[in-house]
Amino acid sequence: MSLPRIVITGIGLTAPNGNSLSEFRANLLGGVAGVESIDVRYMGPLNAGVCHYDPLKHQKKKELRVGTRAGSISIYCAREALADAGLAAESIAKDRTGIYIGITEHGNVETENEIYSLSKFNYDTKFWSHYHNPRTVANNPAGETSLNLGITGPAYTIGAACAAGNMGLIHAAQMLRLGEVDLAICGGVSESIHTFGIFAAFKSQNALASHPDPKKASRPFDLARNGIVISEGGALYTLERLDDTLRRGAKIYGEIAGYHVNSDASDYVLPNPERQAECVATSIRRAGLQPRDIHIVNTHATATPLGDIQEADGLRTVFQNCPDTYINNTKSFIGHAMGAAGALELAGNLPSFDDLMVHPTINVDNLDPKCALPGLVLNAPVKAKRVDAILNNSFGMLGVNSTLIVKRYAA
Amino acid sequence: MTKDDCKKLVIEIISDIAPDEDLTNLKHDVRLRDQLQLDSMDFLDIVMELRKRHAIEVPESDYMQLASLDSSAEYLTPKFTAMGK
Repeated sequence: MSLPRIVITGIGLTAPNGNSLSEFRANLLGGVAGVESIDVRYMGPLNAGVCHYDPLKHQKKKELRVGTRAGSISIYCAREALADAGLAAESIAKDRTGIYIGITEHGNVETENEIYSLSKFNYDTKFWSHYHNPRTVANNPAGETSLNLGITGPAYTIGAACAAGNMGLIHAAQMLRLGEVDLAICGGVSESIHTFGIFAAFKSQNALASHPDPKKASRPFDLARNGIVISEGGALYTLERLDDTLRRGAKIYGEIAGYHVNSDASDYVLPNPERQAECVATSIRRAGLQPRDIHIVNTHATATPLGDIQEADGLRTVFQNCPDTYINNTKSFIGHAMGAAGALELAGNLPSFDDLMVHPTINVDNLDPKCALPGLVLNAPVKAKRVDAILNNSFGMLGVNSTLIVKRYAA
Repeated sequence: MTKDDCKKLVIEIISDIAPDEDLTNLKHDVRLRDQLQLDSMDFLDIVMELRKRHAIEVPESDYMQLASLDSSAEYLTPKFTAMGK
């Protein structure tokens, strides 16, 4: 059975170093990081990736007051993606459009805020907000997006820790192939920098990055890496079946070539290189490709001492003898955008189909020999001979792994 | 506290709850919901803000008293006065 071909037709994003694909891409090629110091409740100044999009571009003040940061990021990205795809929000078939948004977590920010507010009233629960439930339900970012756009098709989130960004796209491709919807708005978002809990937990785990210069704090594969920079952000795509796209003459960023999702089943937080390699290899096989056909591998590496080595070990087993395969990392620029990470990192690489440039992983002053990989692009972009397929890794806690491959569209 | 003072406090709360609305020409004797885009959750916000900012409780059975600025002032002014405001 031949499945419908699924293509990417629009991208809307906000990252700590850019609020559009063109801005984001220019900064990735220009070596411009987007990490800064913020004041985290109870903890003081910490490095974080902060987005500086204009929330009032697509929302009223009241929506911002009632809604969540994740909802706002989702709305911004969704509307930007639709516009980029040449789709007027008012004229799309609302009941045939699905919204599938990957999230690492949702509700921590709002719950912490509410408890903090309650502490000012001696913890008397009659001061607890009636908005707590709609703000903290797991489908909140997708639900707010459906409200803003008036979309009446399926709208929900996909919880998959830091593999979630890829999962949004994968799930959307599946729903399009099943004929459940005709247009999907999908990807991942995160508001994580607004919860102290995630900072405190990574700190307790000895996995929170520290560096006097915020822009150098996120340093995957460097010997001096000391943990994760937490970031917020979002990237949502419009996905469509190829036939529909051709009928309306839309531009095509790339075609979903293959994917795979699996689980480590081995630890709460420690990654499993064998399962990761299996996820990567299976996605390549399902795409009908060989490892040497992949020209860019975007790593998940978060700059934890062990995690980067584990991923490097996994990739080394798959990409042996692949002289045309380049490997890079986006978190070195923007930190770890959690549920948005996979979707943002893919977006930053898609323009390579056109310009053949491969953005680097920055902040590598001394490459950890255990992370040395052939084709690892360090500190400055390189021009590839060809870029026909991009492989994007996103892995998450509790051992969820996702790999997504996008190939250059060819009729 | 006068009824006009009370109305100012209510308008102050509404301006935060409905920040997109123009409140300069609110008719005091017309239901707020007929002049502004306020839903039931917004009215709960008014009740919550009266509780948080002014320690005034409005039981559910009295919510209708907050329908307009005039009725709000009629209902709330004695409560403020009783609190020595």
